[in-house]
Amino acid sequence: MENQFNFKEMQERADRLAPGHRMCAGCGGTIAARNVLKAIHPGDRAVVGNATGYLEVSTFIYPYTAYEDSYIHTAFENAGATMSGVETAFHALKKKGKLDDTYKFITFGGDGGTYDIGLQSLSGAMERGHDMVYVCYDNGAYMNTGIQRSSATPMYADTTTTPAGKVSNGKPQYRKDLAAIMAAHNIPYVAQTTFIGNMKDLYTKSEKAIYTPGPAFLNVMAPCPRGWRYNAPEIIEICKMAVETCYWPMFEIVEGKWILSYEPKKKLPIEEFLKSQGRFKHLFKPGNEELIVQYQAEVDRRWEDLLKKCNM
Amino acid sequence: MAIKERMSGNEAVAYAMKQVNPDVMPAFPITPSTELPQFVANYIANGEMDTEFIPVESEHSAMSAAIGASAAGARTMTATSSAGLALMWEVIYVAASTRVPIAMAVVNRALTGPLNINCEHSDSMGARDSGWLQIYAENNQEVYDNFLQAYRIAEHKDVMLPIMICQDGFITSHAVENIELIEDEKVKPFVGEYNPEHYLLNPNEPMAVGAYAVSNYCMEAKKAHAEAMKNAKQVILDVAKEFQEISGREYGLFEAYRLDDADYAIVAIGSACGTAKDAIDALRAQGVKAGLLKVRVFRPFPAEEMVAALKNCKAIAIMDRCESYSSQGGPLGAELMAALYRGKATAEVINIVYGLSGRDIRVEDVEQIFEDLADIAEHGTDDTYWYLGLRE
Repeated sequence: MENQFNFKEMQERADRLAPGHRMCAGCGGTIAARNVLKAIHPGDRAVVGNATGYLEVSTFIYPYTAYEDSYIHTAFENAGATMSGVETAFHALKKKGKLDDTYKFITFGGDGGTYDIGLQSLSGAMERGHDMVYVCYDNGAYMNTGIQRSSATPMYADTTTTPAGKVSNGKPQYRKDLAAIMAAHNIPYVAQTTFIGNMKDLYTKSEKAIYTPGPAFLNVMAPCPRGWRYNAPEIIEICKMAVETCYWPMFEIVEGKWILSYEPKKKLPIEEFLKSQGRFKHLFKPGNEELIVQYQAEVDRRWEDLLKKCNM
Repeated sequence: MAIKERMSGNEAVAYAMKQVNPDVMPAFPITPSTELPQFVANYIANGEMDTEFIPVESEHSAMSAAIGASAAGARTMTATSSAGLALMWEVIYVAASTRVPIAMAVVNRALTGPLNINCEHSDSMGARDSGWLQIYAENNQEVYDNFLQAYRIAEHKDVMLPIMICQDGFITSHAVENIELIEDEKVKPFVGEYNPEHYLLNPNEPMAVGAYAVSNYCMEAKKAHAEAMKNAKQVILDVAKEFQEISGREYGLFEAYRLDDADYAIVAIGSACGTAKDAIDALRAQGVKAGLLKVRVFRPFPAEEMVAALKNCKAIAIMDRCESYSSQGGPLGAELMAALYRGKATAEVINIVYGLSGRDIRVEDVEQIFEDLADIAEHGTDDTYWYLGLRE
């Protein structure tokens, strides 16, 4: 099933998300969608789905679509349910001999459409066992509507609904652990990744998710230059720091078994992830040192918990 | 030979669903439509139909999955009532504007406030502006017949719109009546196969569904949708004509019962029409020229045809099993009065709200309405909107 990752071959592979869409320069969501779709083997057909969000409104503006494959969007909170209908239709039509066996079903949602408003629809689709992949491009806020907090927003982030102010340090809560929630559905494949190096981790996890029979969930950290307020070309460095600080660990859960994909040789302090982002600027003001101490403690606690799950 | 049976309205619709055997059914339980997915699941479990059933986790997901399945190229159905339809709200508009010909059995029940599980038309009437076709039934026979005709109308190339096949919760859905079923060998060729022109799983061409459309394009999409709704009127009549050939039963946009020479008319929807017919028969025996216009098709609204059918009436009572809180009456009242005004009708017209949350309407109630109409025809009235059978 799993092909050897070949960077050159992947670069030469035709894109299924065509250029000409209207996403921002340096958009993490676009990098996620483009690379996940590249993991579909050439010759295989797909139906791509999307929750309402910036990815949708920038890639399918009537009368233009950026998708080479069939594509469906219906609303914000129902990408899981919508694709479960498409996948079921496939089985119905196949049973009648109207179709061959080459369709893959992949749907994308932002963290707002996945962690929050679409969680029920996603949970239902995963529990029912549809042969589909749900990809969350997680940029940690409702970016399409203007950077409002979601349950994926990291603690102390300055968002438009959790603004940092004279008596506020940004979002008070830490983020929801969606990968663990998906793992609790006991689906065959769950993975968390981001953009590292030559995208090998993202590619191999996407391929596994797409070619594992049954439901699969991918959580891809996809930085947003506007919402996170960093210099757009720094995206790869930010992803690297997210992983090296253990803020965003990369792992997979295969048939219930937790496997760590990467362990930093030396875990870096959380400041290395926070410092280049404008949304955390207030944490570095004199007097706020304690906030960073708290932040580090939460990152450490979650990292230790993950290591235990991975039997490390 | 037609098959004579005794069935509840839900059993009748489920039997029609079995005969049509659509490709996909996502559904969620809600009283009083719950029996429909139950019956279908049983048929599937016993190998009597091969529909793919999706036991979704909510009605919002039921309609979302239905849109996905229908857009993918599968003939798709679902069923719901009341709060279930309300939870679908957002996506019923998406279904209609995506132009997917889903058939939805709606077993009419009151929307909550207070919580009540009984018959009212507030659920589907609330969805009247969503761009779905809506066909209502007086009894079990009609709702069975309507479901058999549903896909022929919805999937017609000049229409391509989803359709609600409505019946009255409990009053017909759970009451057992005599019914004539049509043999499979007649039903199957009548309904035919679903062969969409464009669909997601078409191996020869990819398709994109659910665009973001800016102001430059949205209005044209809505106008095309409105035109499809207009086209549906003739399609509904054509399908009814063909259906008559296999069933012997005649259907139109509405039924005119003893209306031709009527001085006084009631206009109503659903099971109350059976009660009204009994009252009219009794009044006719006494020489009162009473008649009924029973609305079958509410979307598209057959305005001109209804106005023509009512043109000789001196007084008309429009009956709404739904309040719309406009301070003027219910939805049927509002739409038909607007049509009568455009048709320059001269009859006195009143709007009566009745039967909310399952309250009974009796033959005596209808007789009283005709008595009131006779008085209003002679003396006029300022009181054009009232509740029937309200507690003192």
